[in-house]
Amino acid sequence: MTDTSNGAPLTAPIQSATFSNPINAEIRRAAATGIYDIRGGGAKRKVPHFDDLLFLGASISRYPLEGYREKCETSVSLGTRFAKNPIELDIPITIAGMSFGALSGPAKEALGRGATLAGTSTTTGDGGMTSEERGHSNKLVYQYLPSRYGMNPDDLRRADAIEIVVGQGAKPGGGGMLLGQKISDRVAEMRNLPKGIDQRSACRHPDWTGPDDLEIKILELREITSWKVPIYIKIGGARPYFDTTLAVKAGADVVVLDGMQGGTAATQDVFIENVGQPILACIRESVRALQDLGLHREVQLVVSGGIRTGADVAKAMAMGADAVAIGTAALIALGDNDPKWEAEYNALGTTAGAYDDWHEGRDPAGITTQDPELMKRFDPIEGGRRLSNYLKVMTLEAQTIARACGKSHLHNLEPEDLCALTMEAAAMAKIPLAGTDWYPGKPGAGY
Amino acid sequence: MQTLDMADIALREMNATLHAQAETTNQTAWEIVNPKGAHAIACGLDAPIEVTVKGSTGYYCAGMNKQATINIKGSAGPGVAENMMSGTVVIDGDASQYAGATGHGGLLVIKGNASSRCGISMKGINIVVHGNIGHMSAFMAQSGNLVVCGDAGDALGDSLYEARLFVRGSVKSLGADCIEKEMRPEHLAILADLLEQAGADAKPEDFKRYGSARELYNFKIDNAY
Repeated sequence: MTDTSNGAPLTAPIQSATFSNPINAEIRRAAATGIYDIRGGGAKRKVPHFDDLLFLGASISRYPLEGYREKCETSVSLGTRFAKNPIELDIPITIAGMSFGALSGPAKEALGRGATLAGTSTTTGDGGMTSEERGHSNKLVYQYLPSRYGMNPDDLRRADAIEIVVGQGAKPGGGGMLLGQKISDRVAEMRNLPKGIDQRSACRHPDWTGPDDLEIKILELREITSWKVPIYIKIGGARPYFDTTLAVKAGADVVVLDGMQGGTAATQDVFIENVGQPILACIRESVRALQDLGLHREVQLVVSGGIRTGADVAKAMAMGADAVAIGTAALIALGDNDPKWEAEYNALGTTAGAYDDWHEGRDPAGITTQDPELMKRFDPIEGGRRLSNYLKVMTLEAQTIARACGKSHLHNLEPEDLCALTMEAAAMAKIPLAGTDWYPGKPGAGY
Repeated sequence: MQTLDMADIALREMNATLHAQAETTNQTAWEIVNPKGAHAIACGLDAPIEVTVKGSTGYYCAGMNKQATINIKGSAGPGVAENMMSGTVVIDGDASQYAGATGHGGLLVIKGNASSRCGISMKGINIVVHGNIGHMSAFMAQSGNLVVCGDAGDALGDSLYEARLFVRGSVKSLGADCIEKEMRPEHLAILADLLEQAGADAKPEDFKRYGSARELYNFKIDNAY
């Protein structure tokens, strides 16, 4: 290449912030294939999150509890509003709904084992309830989804709670998809569809449309289950104040609120990254709805979408949640995206930590697959033990923080225990910016 | 005949009484009077009993039914026999939206007309409608048979899977991936049997069969619009 500068300094190459390398790569991929990108997981973009909040801790004005000695309770009751048999959990960290089909049978078993060891609940998913999942889960929440794959009254009655899924954080307003390569004989039979075809899960329920209908649907489910089990309603982080209000009006015992960082088995990347709100922006609005109805704590709030640590658990609860749910984090605890499979991730064109083509069924860790050979790599007993360990660590972490704030129960954490590091987080979480008593939009602040 | 009068007892007591019937019960004949359009009547039954509802019902009557025969001597509100597993539900009048939605088995007979989304997402149930059905019926229907002695509304069988649709009258329009298919002898036999079970006075030869073109079974860009 000829240097035409005559020795003068060259202008340095500047990458466009707008047309970045990842964006340009996606444009080239789209141009080559003519199809949008489908992937699993939740939003990967950076959004204001729990990391942008801090606990203040106790000092003179607040009295701390001894970190290793004094009692800090963690139990929670879910479904106390109408159900005869609320779910009693030892810890406020539950396992979110993930389908048999998206996950292997052994992976679902491991979730049940881990949750049971830790004293919490796990949740079915789109595809019905498997016997191994029921058998290994002391507390099992049965999802009632638009597809109604595998739905039947016997499983409804052997569930410990029913979760009506209206939406999820990764794709509020969207349905699901399970590509044909993951449709084994067993998955096909449970869903009553031919083997090998791509299965769509509808974006809305087939037999009710609005909140008034939903109230009657809940009545039917309660009649079928003799009013014994709690009814949860799961919503994506779209309009949390109004959606929570309507869920409660429809008769929910528990509202499950899922932010955009919450994962999905498969949907369009453009949907995951561009629809829905971060969980940080949703929690206080949902709590405000419950408070306005006079039902905060009577209708329990379960928060999910990007919960990773005990600090996240404590922050969600300080903002008003009664419990949290984890999905992606639970899969990582089982062994998903483990660097020990790096060579195989590389062969799939990705790397450990970034693998999200769960829908293709070629998961090296043997978790998000129906391939019998890959499934052999995953030991459900070991997976359950790992999940239980992780849940215990999260609980200990949350207790450590709660004690430092002087709280004898995780539920006693409160917004006043928090401060925000950024203006955005302060505005979304309605938590004062660190060093101030102010957050954007604070009533009476004038602006 | 046992009588449950909804003027005297609450829905919960009525359903609990029916739920308490065992497989071997001698009390097989039940009558529900004064339903007055209540919702969730006789839902979740699981015994070989026969229940006659003397009047019209609200939403989700006979929902998730197993084994029982339920006769509605009136019209039915939305979602009648939704997710039915087995048994028989017969409606003398009309049925509102979502009749037989997601049903896995059994027979649903509607002697009048059915509104929109009849048989939506059906998974093995057989539905026979003596009259007409509304728009978007058999949307994403997976398996089973939908027989319509009258006409069908817009977008019949949109995104259909393996359910069979038989219509004697006109079809206003077919939904995505739903096409008319050859009526073979085995289909005529299925149809004749269902018409007989449903007490419908119609000849199988007068019907046309519709089913999935199976072009949407695997995701590709040409299907994305």
